[in-house]
Amino acid sequence: MRGTLYNAVFAAGITLVLTCLMLGVQLNAEGTALTVQGADAERWIWIIAGIALVFFVQLFSPQIDAFFGRMPKPNLAALKPEESKWRVIKPWAFSALIVGMLIWPFMVSRGAVDLATLTLIYIMLGLGLNIVVGLAGLLDLGYVAFYAVGAYTYALLSEYFGLSFWVCLPIAAMLAAFFGFILGFPVLRLRGDYLAIVTLGFGEIIRILLNNWTDLTGGPNGISGIEKPTLFGLEFSRRVSEGSQSFHEFFGIDYDSSQKVIFLYLIAVVLVLIVLYLINRLMRMPIGRAWEALREDEIACRSLGLNRTVIKLSAFTLGASTAGFAGCFFAARQGFISPESFIFIESAIILAIVVLGGMGSQVGVICAAIVMTILPELAREFSEYRMLMFGLLMVLMMRWRPQGLVPMKRPHLELKQQ
Amino acid sequence: MSQLLLDVNELTMRFGGLLAVNEVNLKVKNRQIVSIIGPNGAGKTTVFNCLSGFYIPTDGSILFRGEQLAGLKDFQISRKGLVRTFQHVRLFKRMTVIENMLVAQHRHLNTNLLSGMLKTPGYKRLEQEAMDRAIYWLEEVDLLEHANREAGYLAYGQQRKLEIARCMVTQPELLMLDEPAAGLNPKETKELDELIIRLRDEHEISVLLIEHDMGLVMGISDHIYVIAQGTPLADGSPMDVKENPDVIKAYLGES
Repeated sequence: MRGTLYNAVFAAGITLVLTCLMLGVQLNAEGTALTVQGADAERWIWIIAGIALVFFVQLFSPQIDAFFGRMPKPNLAALKPEESKWRVIKPWAFSALIVGMLIWPFMVSRGAVDLATLTLIYIMLGLGLNIVVGLAGLLDLGYVAFYAVGAYTYALLSEYFGLSFWVCLPIAAMLAAFFGFILGFPVLRLRGDYLAIVTLGFGEIIRILLNNWTDLTGGPNGISGIEKPTLFGLEFSRRVSEGSQSFHEFFGIDYDSSQKVIFLYLIAVVLVLIVLYLINRLMRMPIGRAWEALREDEIACRSLGLNRTVIKLSAFTLGASTAGFAGCFFAARQGFISPESFIFIESAIILAIVVLGGMGSQVGVICAAIVMTILPELAREFSEYRMLMFGLLMVLMMRWRPQGLVPMKRPHLELKQQ
Repeated sequence: MSQLLLDVNELTMRFGGLLAVNEVNLKVKNRQIVSIIGPNGAGKTTVFNCLSGFYIPTDGSILFRGEQLAGLKDFQISRKGLVRTFQHVRLFKRMTVIENMLVAQHRHLNTNLLSGMLKTPGYKRLEQEAMDRAIYWLEEVDLLEHANREAGYLAYGQQRKLEIARCMVTQPELLMLDEPAAGLNPKETKELDELIIRLRDEHEISVLLIEHDMGLVMGISDHIYVIAQGTPLADGSPMDVKENPDVIKAYLGES
């Protein structure tokens, strides 16, 4: 009891300090001078109520824990049909899902489709980082660097050489892979915290480079007017550039700006499906098993004749190429990129997607990417407190489901009867 | 039959001012079980680390089938057919038993990304062969029914056996076991004893063993080396070693 009382007082004290600083006082600019203004009475009541809540929750935390412990936990495993049935249903379920994803954008608003496209980009990024962090166990805090490399590859190639999106897509992936390879070399011997710091630094180097190499990248102004992808040369705009044809003219339909949005969404769906398939295959291949083995025990790997250099580099390279893929598409979708889009917080969000989803689990990554992009949109009124809610979500997840939303399931290998 | 497999001459390992291993000689012939014994901290595991390439020895030569191993990287040595286990079990705990067995065969598989993506016939065949070998060895150590369980959930004795099976599946010529009986109960120790003899007699490999369980060592060894404080003390058949006054002194202290 004494322990919880101490905890409660401590937590309430911290809440008091934090809320007073963040909500209790406001800075107002009056002309050139800044004045500090206290909050009004109503807000103070809320603050005090919040502190009281924290105090009592902490005070009675054992009772509350016991109460939640008694609540029956939903058994998700029971929802899944039996192994034999699942085998039959699986292809149908997947086909239905894919068809649904293809039809869906024609029935909803433009904003929803746009949001879905963004979600798909984060799914791609999450799947790529999942290789490095979830499978190979290499904590990478600078993943956004490869995303930036992919985006700038397309933006620059398109601006200076007029190359199309479809040509740049593989180039962006390869160049990002190359950067992954370069980063991989110095960090081969590092693990855990040290690796995290080096990758963090690498992410910053790329961002600062893009920010300062004004001649090439336009510096903080970024690159605008990046060309949109075309469908076999057909453009999705009202007025087309010289010598090409637009989609609505070719098919003789009216111009509608949502055509472009839907087209981008469909490209994203295809890209995600490709990435998903490739990584899914990789995970079941010897290299995928080797990544996981490396995460589990590096010394045992070495003693069994696995070359850790090759395995680590391949994880970095393939993870980075996925980010390059996503970056290229991101640049095409936005039409404008600047170093602002590739700050550290992006890396943190992608990492959060992997951790929230469940390390190594692809379904988990997809679920988490959806949660992480759609929740902020739903809670738009609270946009000022976005990071606060983000932190709260993390704390709650780590407290109640540290293994992630959908933890990775080990593949069940059939043993052939001999 | 009596061909020399491993020939270690004047192996020396120095960590700064500490002489951990001092001019140790070892000879292992084909189909032989050779043990290294000695008090705690005598440098037995350091010898293993030198042989398996985890340390680069300060001096001395390690010839494996006449080929110099000193200076090679750890994974290169194990690819030559010299595989070891560890004093503390080192399994891939969150992977299943069968996955552990497949990872060990990494270098026997087709690791070409493209052929894996396309599931070419060659890739499938190698994958199936690896699977068959894994199943064979799991059966050998009586773990087949646990094939799809996570390795970390196995009982300790089973984990030990899995570690040996995981080494065997790489098709080694010399298996180095670092205290395989540590933490096993008498029944499991007896099974281990039989397994090691079977490895020698049926699978025709040599075993180099570090062990504290004297019953096990004396029962199965063809030859025993005794090391104390990094220096070779004696060697010979189990009988010779057992009656050697220096060895008794090293184990029981000065009388």
